[in-house]
Amino acid sequence: MDRVLDNNCPAVNRSTNRYRIGIAGVPLVFLAVFYFYPLIKIFTLSFMPEGVPELGELKKLISTSFYIRTLWFTTWQAALSTILTLIVALPGAYIFARYRFTGKNLLQSFTAIPFVLPSVVVAAAFHALLGPNGIVNSWLMDSFDLTVPPIRLNHTIWFILMAHVFYNYTVIIRIVGGAWARLQPSLSEAARMLGASSWKTFREITFPLLFPSICAASLLVFIFCFSSFGVILILGGPRYATIEVEIYRQAVHIFNLPMAAALSLVQICFTFVFMWVYTWLQRRTTFTLYPESRKVTQRKPSTRKDRIIVGTNIIAMAVLLGSPLAALVAQSVSTKQGFSLVYYRALFENPEQSIFYIPPVEAIAYSIGFALTALVLSLIIGLCAATFLAQNKSRAASLLDPLFMLPLATSAVTLGFGYIIALDKPPLNLRTSIMLVPLAHTLVAYPFVVRSVLPALRSIPANLRESAAMLGASSVQTWMHVVMPIVRRSVIVGAVFAFTISIGEFGATVFVARPQTPTMPLAIYRFLGQPGALNYGQAMAMSTVLMLATALGFLLLERIRSGQEGEF
Amino acid sequence: MALLELRHISKTFNHHRAVDDVSIDLEDGHILCLLGPSGCGKTTLLRIIAGLERSDEGTVYFDGHDMAAVEPHRRNFSMMFQEFALFPHMDVVGNITFGLKMQKQPRKEILQRSKEMLALVGLDGYGTRNVSELSGGERQRVALARSLATHPRLVLLDEPLGSLDRALRERLLLDLRNILKTLGVTAIFVTHDQTEAYAIGDIIAVMNRGKIEQIDSPEKLYDRPANVRVARFLGFHNLVEGCTTAEGTIDTALGILPAGDHDFPQQTRVIVLIRPDGARVRDESGPAQPGEIVVSGTVKDCLFKGRNYHLELQIENGQALVFELSGESRPSPAGSSMELVLSKRACVIMPAE
Repeated sequence: MDRVLDNNCPAVNRSTNRYRIGIAGVPLVFLAVFYFYPLIKIFTLSFMPEGVPELGELKKLISTSFYIRTLWFTTWQAALSTILTLIVALPGAYIFARYRFTGKNLLQSFTAIPFVLPSVVVAAAFHALLGPNGIVNSWLMDSFDLTVPPIRLNHTIWFILMAHVFYNYTVIIRIVGGAWARLQPSLSEAARMLGASSWKTFREITFPLLFPSICAASLLVFIFCFSSFGVILILGGPRYATIEVEIYRQAVHIFNLPMAAALSLVQICFTFVFMWVYTWLQRRTTFTLYPESRKVTQRKPSTRKDRIIVGTNIIAMAVLLGSPLAALVAQSVSTKQGFSLVYYRALFENPEQSIFYIPPVEAIAYSIGFALTALVLSLIIGLCAATFLAQNKSRAASLLDPLFMLPLATSAVTLGFGYIIALDKPPLNLRTSIMLVPLAHTLVAYPFVVRSVLPALRSIPANLRESAAMLGASSVQTWMHVVMPIVRRSVIVGAVFAFTISIGEFGATVFVARPQTPTMPLAIYRFLGQPGALNYGQAMAMSTVLMLATALGFLLLERIRSGQEGEF
Repeated sequence: MALLELRHISKTFNHHRAVDDVSIDLEDGHILCLLGPSGCGKTTLLRIIAGLERSDEGTVYFDGHDMAAVEPHRRNFSMMFQEFALFPHMDVVGNITFGLKMQKQPRKEILQRSKEMLALVGLDGYGTRNVSELSGGERQRVALARSLATHPRLVLLDEPLGSLDRALRERLLLDLRNILKTLGVTAIFVTHDQTEAYAIGDIIAVMNRGKIEQIDSPEKLYDRPANVRVARFLGFHNLVEGCTTAEGTIDTALGILPAGDHDFPQQTRVIVLIRPDGARVRDESGPAQPGEIVVSGTVKDCLFKGRNYHLELQIENGQALVFELSGESRPSPAGSSMELVLSKRACVIMPAE
């Protein structure tokens, strides 16, 4: 009798368990082959370059000052970029948190566009604005009859810093501004009533309460700048190299693979530590704030002072974020003879002296093809991972969640490098396979699918599935008719994410793409590296196309996402 | 001279007059209740007094001084917020002593004072607790202790019981009242709940749409609401239209009512408020004696509520009046006709709207 009443009927349990393991198996196998295997290859290459343990390259890394300098440069440029971004963006975070004005939502979406742009496009945009042939220099040379460009920022640290601030502005706005908006104004008013001056109120109340989110945002910006690749490679020139850029140079230009592997190892260690600190910080942030302080209290700028504060910030944002993008578009259609679409037309041609074997327009076709493939693969892997995590509250799930996120914490350059050393010989020889690029992109993109779908899946109460089952739906039917309609929007968000990430990916692609099948970011990079107005113009034209594609994808995301909470 | 004098205060938000020409005097040691429905401007008025909001017109005088140029943190007022606004990054003592630290009091005194305050609000031993671990009632006490710790010259309380549930509110109301009265502080208490206002206030100002409708002691407010809006807000719904006559009486649908003391001229339209608790069942039969106010009608509904009966009586013109009859009386069943006798106190005459 007892056996009949027992809920944990062993047969049922076994089949659901098998189903669960199957679901988790897809992302796990993918990670094992396309993430851990290349990573292990990097390890073995740096510790045992010739198959026997040898620490020569690692020792050289520590003993030669050049590499210490690389590490030092990587760190201080990231720190300086972070501080500058904070200084520039904190006032913006304040106005977004405390004021309500027309066009605010639009402006907020707009400030996020730089963050989602491919690094190559950002570099091209800064070239278009302030580079030697940039819009400002051309104008100054024309107006004052100069023969050399007066603003010489190209290949200087300032160019890099400006691009980093441009890139990460929105990180501060979103994280700190969000925390600031959730901070009840009555807290500072209470402090004022208890005798604290406005400066003291900021020091004793506002700042301590914002501190965890300022830390989290700064750390995130620091991590991004620490592993900055495309911006530094293009804007910094040969004089500057972060660890990422150095990995690329050692592997591609000097062909010192053990050294590249040793540097990758250093990069992996650093980013893992940073990501670990970041997640730890984030957990603390959510603890400090009141759960009930979600009420957003914003006011219209009513006094003169308010209007000046808000107005100055909006103008600063427009100049900082808008001018490089506007310059990019302007440069793509302006020639010595004035407005012309000649550069766009040139994208379809393949003249003799071309640096490609193929017309540039085919790069667009390849990019789209790769992005669609990466989208499908990311959806399959991401949905399996999210489904497994959502149904399981066991220890296994809490361990697998960060494991599935590991590719996010690994720099793209490291991944790309791992692919060329691991996947070019048996047992897995994919060097000539056209799948290598979409596979690398999938690895970078699928965590975003997991992060956007998982909250939606978790929001479905268990009894919804149970009642579907009681009404006779099989688990597949339940998934199709109950779960899918609820999470559809977040799946679309994940898909658009995957597509935009893939189409702009540069760090891994520069390693794994075949010369015959370049992507748009690669084409832009090569155009920018070549002299001549036509190459420059084509870089601008293709960057504009890529920028519009990414910005459109992002604005679409914002539209779908509006009203629903997503994870950053 | 009153300690706090408000003179013609006005404030407009987006073309909406939140506070409209308000003038109030508050004596030292008195507690003023600002009573009114939500959105009537009472919180805005409180924030103007606090200095957190600037009035468009009018002046706040405190102790004879114009406060316009005095920043909120230099006023030595204190304010208790609706959701308490406890600092989440400080413990209980940190919250309570914040104001003392801002005043740069010596450490010893701060320690001493925080002990006193904890004892006063009955939270001994809670000093090192994190404020997020406290219950609603405990938070309220910490907020109260924090706002009293600095010996403020004026305590402003913005619906300090508003975010608590009913049962807790009633208990804490008594504690709050005792603490405020014991310390003899001058305070302004904002609420939308008339029971709270009656219990706490020495005087009550009823606000509606930014205007003060009436300022009176709780007893007087209850006895003689100044107009229909105040009466409605205080929960009186037996309002009967009438007209003054040459004899000084009032002609209503209930019949001729003796007027009592009023100074309306003849032939003025007025409203008569019939108090629900001022009636008894008429045992005698026959016509009304001189001076006796008789109301007759049909019983629509009669609910026995233990201590009393809740009776709905439909009078001649179709209007339904509500009465609370003593539990000992024997009202007629629903559907039958019935006569009640009103006491003189039961009728209050006020201007027609």
